[in-house]
Amino acid sequence: MGLADFFRKKGTSSIAKDRLKLVLVSDRAGCSPEVMEQIKNDIIKVISKYIEIDLDGLDIKITQQESETLKGTSVPALYANIPIKDLKSSK
Amino acid sequence: MGEVIVVTSGKGGVGKTTTTANVGTGLAMLDKKVVLIDTDIGLRNLDVVMGLENRIVYNLVDVIEGNCRIRNALIKDKRYPNLYLLPSAQTRDKNAVKPEQMKKLADELKEEFDYILMDCPAGIEQGFHNAIAGADRALVITTPEVSAVRDADRIIGLLEANEIDETYLIVNRLRMDMVKRGDMMSSEDVTEILAVDLIGVVPDDENIVISTNQGEPLVGSDSQAGTAYMNIARRLLGEEVPFLDLNAKSSFFSRLFGKNKKI
Repeated sequence: MGLADFFRKKGTSSIAKDRLKLVLVSDRAGCSPEVMEQIKNDIIKVISKYIEIDLDGLDIKITQQESETLKGTSVPALYANIPIKDLKSSK
Repeated sequence: MGEVIVVTSGKGGVGKTTTTANVGTGLAMLDKKVVLIDTDIGLRNLDVVMGLENRIVYNLVDVIEGNCRIRNALIKDKRYPNLYLLPSAQTRDKNAVKPEQMKKLADELKEEFDYILMDCPAGIEQGFHNAIAGADRALVITTPEVSAVRDADRIIGLLEANEIDETYLIVNRLRMDMVKRGDMMSSEDVTEILAVDLIGVVPDDENIVISTNQGEPLVGSDSQAGTAYMNIARRLLGEEVPFLDLNAKSSFFSRLFGKNKKI
């Protein structure tokens, strides 16, 4: 056991729980990595018509988010972080 | 009219067959007429766990194909006269049986038995669909590990999609020492993630290996796992049974004075 392990406060069970919660969100949404890739490519295609985006900084995933209508429950949400390089000026 | 309960998990090796044997025997001990069906065609196991492997003449596929009557294929248990086993076929493949045929068989057995327990194979293919075809209720088995819980979640989704609404969770092989030091998810953690009703928590107990070696279910014995299985059987019958206090180590003195016995 290393020193880092010794000072580790959280047990590994909380890591397991967090990882499971994340993986189950995409499992339950029935969203395979291939479908996510297609969604990502389509979003890039549409937005690129109007805005120049930073493809390296792009992050799209399905995550869990607190429901706005039902407090305390969480719902799956499509999260997209799309950094803008430049706004294409309209003619 | 009897009830069909499917025991399923998705992932292999989490304790479906052991649970079927013990919960089924528990129900028989509580004076119910019970038949256990091994639906894992090609990988027969429930017979050895029950210690009935030497009595097999006919099997599930023989019944389905009409080679024999149901009653000729049923093996009477050694210990409980109201407990029977319908063994699986070892030399056939899982496509030998169709879900409609399983449903028909289950409906026929319902006439005579109080409980029909289906031991489901691992996976989500044909074998799974055969096992759940006639089910009224489902027992989903998982262990507190990420792989087993993930598969259980998938199974719960498939059960819902197949309109089996009464689904109960059993957390198997829990190690309280690991839960306490934060290195294993607790039964509460697993129940929260899967969001189904918990019907039993079975501690990791070496007595399970010992009893399986002997082909004798452990249910009802004075071990933690034996008590846990009996509690599940009683809860299935609608009894309110408090959950075992797994923290309590049964020392010689506590056993002597009957403390710790939160049954």
